[in-house]
Amino acid sequence: MSPRLHLGVFYTGVGNNYLWQDPSVTDHTTIEAFVRIARTLERGLFDAFFLGEGLRVRENRGRPFALDVAGRPDAITQLSALAGATTHIGLVATQNTTYNFPADLARRLATLDSLSGGRAGWNVVTTDNAWTGENFRHGGWLAHERRYERATQFVEAAKAIWAGGEVERHTDLVDLSTAATVPPSPQGRPVVFQAGDSAGGRDLAARHADVVFSANATYDKAVAYAADLRERLATYGRSPDSLRILPGASVVLGDTDAEAIEKAEHHRRIQINPQRAIAFLEQYWGTDLSGYDPDGPLPDVEPVDGELDPSRGTLSVADRTGKLDRIREWRELARDKNLSIHQLVLEVQPRHSSFIGTPSRIADEWARFVRDRAVDGFNLSPQLLPSTVDEVVDRLVPELQERGVYRTSYEGTTLREHLELPPL
Amino acid sequence: MGLLVALETDRAGARFGEVVKAAEEVGVAFVTFADSPLPPAGGFRLEAVGRAAFLATRTSGVGLAPGVPTATTEPFHLAAQIASLDHATHGRAGWVVQRSTAAELATVGGGDGESPAEVVRVVRALWDSWEDDAVVKDVATGRYLDPDRVHHVDFVGTAFTVKGPLITPRPPQGQPVVIAPADLGVDADVVLVDEPVDRDGPLVFLELAVTPDLPAVLRDLDGRVDGVRLHPAEDDFGTLFADVLPALDLPPRGATLRATLGLTRPANRFATGGVR
Repeated sequence: MSPRLHLGVFYTGVGNNYLWQDPSVTDHTTIEAFVRIARTLERGLFDAFFLGEGLRVRENRGRPFALDVAGRPDAITQLSALAGATTHIGLVATQNTTYNFPADLARRLATLDSLSGGRAGWNVVTTDNAWTGENFRHGGWLAHERRYERATQFVEAAKAIWAGGEVERHTDLVDLSTAATVPPSPQGRPVVFQAGDSAGGRDLAARHADVVFSANATYDKAVAYAADLRERLATYGRSPDSLRILPGASVVLGDTDAEAIEKAEHHRRIQINPQRAIAFLEQYWGTDLSGYDPDGPLPDVEPVDGELDPSRGTLSVADRTGKLDRIREWRELARDKNLSIHQLVLEVQPRHSSFIGTPSRIADEWARFVRDRAVDGFNLSPQLLPSTVDEVVDRLVPELQERGVYRTSYEGTTLREHLELPPL
Repeated sequence: MGLLVALETDRAGARFGEVVKAAEEVGVAFVTFADSPLPPAGGFRLEAVGRAAFLATRTSGVGLAPGVPTATTEPFHLAAQIASLDHATHGRAGWVVQRSTAAELATVGGGDGESPAEVVRVVRALWDSWEDDAVVKDVATGRYLDPDRVHHVDFVGTAFTVKGPLITPRPPQGQPVVIAPADLGVDADVVLVDEPVDRDGPLVFLELAVTPDLPAVLRDLDGRVDGVRLHPAEDDFGTLFADVLPALDLPPRGATLRATLGLTRPANRFATGGVR
């Protein structure tokens, strides 16, 4: 059988990717909205429904950040509710290994797996962010360079607990004495996802993950990433087929490519509206810029010294350093091109990975990705709910099915089966 | 009869879903889900918040109150879990505050010791950390939420601190119902007792085993306590649902668990009021 594409959706939680201002969107925070989307995804034969994690409400200069959607349920609790309201879709919770107790988290995930008849997944993330740690008894305790060591020990302890029986671990990073309380599910244990893109993250994925999320959704990057990961898999004696690669992406569909491009530009202008442009610069300047005109020149005041405020939680580590250099570059760019604050931010704020075009164009593109084994599928972040999901299910999925790269019915019942992973 | 009846479902084992549906049909006020991070002798047990949440969309009237220990769960996660259950049930969530044994504490490497009163305090503060009208979705100003209505809780306890706010907006009940053994000394809405007592403040629920004279016992208790929590053994559920509970004419439930218990929806401690 030729390789097939696997799709998931990252349900909206926080951040500027979601266009809450759009008149078409309905309240995405109610249980009814979650159930409706999960059931639509089942109609579209998706593999999985994902919830992200952010354990501190994002801030701007010490106050809750007002411009993006925020406020979300506890992931495993919400997915347990969805387990009771769905029949096929995989239910994946992002949960970090720093601010959880291994025995407690392993048990909650096993419970979700059992309640759903073998549809649970765990997206393992690490964090050493002491700012987030301020919400926890055991906050800010883990050194940055040891975060994957802790994650590895944590995942190994969880897998031991899922295998049944009594488990003891007494290291300086994982200390527990427990016993399995949940019987194995039809898929054996929750499917393990891993999202970190650093060398430590890739190594953890190669050792322990069944699926990786990557940030590499462009063709060349995806090919290189897949090659790197398969090499690492071999190091741990695993077959190249024992790991699925699902990069994150957005989709903007149109009746014509031009219409889709126009729609995507319109979305970007909602995402980066004048208020967000000011807020974006405030993050770097570290000071109140609300008195500046978004359509006017860049602030003439000097930025507050020190590194970037981590409190937005959205920046990669690379973007947290060297802010003065970045501001100097932006000033030059704005001067050379005569850009206002708003225009500059539209130009420099990174774009989300997006597939933009007609359903037929995107289906062709994705078919190539999957036939070349550059990826095994995509994990989509909807910009509008419910319309992005409705459009993908109603318009893109049939095109993929026509090309023979997407299932036409669920053949199995577990997430592991949906992902076509080898049995444990 | 004005006696409220709650039901512990632990002994239903894997049949917990059926048992909760049956309890809902006969008019039980709320069900509880006892829990432990360790397995019961020779058996299995699913985690309690998961069990309760699984039934959120499968039930519509009965209160769902999982047992969650204060020492083996991070208070921040605990607050988000119960708040999420309250959202998913449109206001039918409760929390049975549990203490832990030494063996249970070992599952988290010993923990910080017990401080149930502090954990209840911080959980309650976190439930209030978003005001009810914090999400404003004001397209004109670009504001999804009003930052003046989302608050740090800045909790400082004897052994730990929590900054806040919670990641989850304020639950529909404002404060989900906190249920605790009376001797735990926490700020509870319902206290569980082993002997009828007269006390001011929280509602008093008497812990009761299911015995053949249960109907008479319940008649006798009416007016002496606010309610009872029944602890059926595995083979008691049949009789309870077929005979004992249908004969009781239990008080009607309200739209939320607080309403069922006659509790008002509390004001938010952080609300500043006034025009903003």
